Amino acid sequence: MATLAAVLASTHHPFYLKATTAPPEQQMPQAPEWKRKVEAYRETLTRAKPDILVMVGADHFHQFFLDNYPTFLIGKARRYDATFYNEEREFGLPKYVLEGDEDLSGYMLQGLLDREFDFAFSNELKIDHSIICPIITVRPQADLPVVPIYANIFAPPLPSPKRFYKLGRAIREIIDSYPSDKRIAAIGTGHLSLELGGPRQFGEHGPDPEFDRQAIEWLANGDIEAILANVTHESLAKAGNATAGFMDMILMLGIAGPEKAAYVDNLDLFHTMEAYFTWYPEGAAA
Amino acid sequence: MSKYYVNKFLYTVDRDPELLRRYKEDPRALVTTWEQSIGPKLNDYERSTVHALTDAEREALIQHDYVALFEMGAHFFLSLTIFIALYDEEYMAKHGPLSFQREFAAKLSHWTGKEYPSVAT
Repeated sequence: MATLAAVLASTHHPFYLKATTAPPEQQMPQAPEWKRKVEAYRETLTRAKPDILVMVGADHFHQFFLDNYPTFLIGKARRYDATFYNEEREFGLPKYVLEGDEDLSGYMLQGLLDREFDFAFSNELKIDHSIICPIITVRPQADLPVVPIYANIFAPPLPSPKRFYKLGRAIREIIDSYPSDKRIAAIGTGHLSLELGGPRQFGEHGPDPEFDRQAIEWLANGDIEAILANVTHESLAKAGNATAGFMDMILMLGIAGPEKAAYVDNLDLFHTMEAYFTWYPEGAAA
Repeated sequence: MSKYYVNKFLYTVDRDPELLRRYKEDPRALVTTWEQSIGPKLNDYERSTVHALTDAEREALIQHDYVALFEMGAHFFLSLTIFIALYDEEYMAKHGPLSFQREFAAKLSHWTGKEYPSVAT
């Protein structure tokens, strides 16, 4: 059976690349620290020696719009183009072409359907920064095949926090049962408290530092009970209008299982709190 | 009211450099063109008859009025992204990094601590 070699859950910040590659005199003061933290986090993936990456994100109205927005979608293609024109323009993100893994995509889709997660699928998916940001931070050589999974944290009405966790659990079961000797890493990004296009955006810190502190503690301890007891769509909205992105972190905890994270780090940036978590599931020779 | 159609405007213009340029230079003309020939498109051949902009929505789009759009429940990501595309560079040159984003936030400060208008469609 395949080995789930590592589970990574982090925030994604589309300005990381721009912030850390600008000429030194134009860089924000935290750029060197940010880069050090990201490179240390990258090592938690590298040492797991993955062969395939299962990547969880959300389309930000790039390929999908409100005429047909999928709640859950999996890419099932032999390769994926990435980065849209408006992401290049706003964030300075480069274009990529990532190889796919049709066999694992097909196995994952069937496994999800068998577990009553009726996914949409795409045979021609162009992926956006929700998946490219973690490629840049944890696998910048972009040399591994990917299985992209999108979950709707973006266009309400949204699935419940519990549903995100259960989906993570289902993905875990499917990876564990995949008949292959490959080492698979699951990488997903979301947000802690975040505000976009509202009165609390681009402040000195994230919009809700108390939520951020608590969320980091919950994830570090793998405390799904506390998360499900406290996190609702309403509580997330109170912490910032884009804080629903935290549900992708809950999904990743579902893949890891209710365990303490092996690696936890964070960085208080302007606008948002960055946080980085890695789990090594039992039995994974990391 | 058609939040969907306002969002469709923001979505279709933001992803097209030529439409974006026209939206900056002559918003009234671009909104008129959009309502005639772009908004109704379901795909290259099919047309949809379902949605139309209200007068208030049309005016908010023409005026680049992101406060009104927020209050109508336009999607925050679309609204922020398109107005950054239109204004960030000139604000940056005059007032430094993030000055546009912070002015955007300040103009919405009367919503702090309140439940925001829903972006659900």
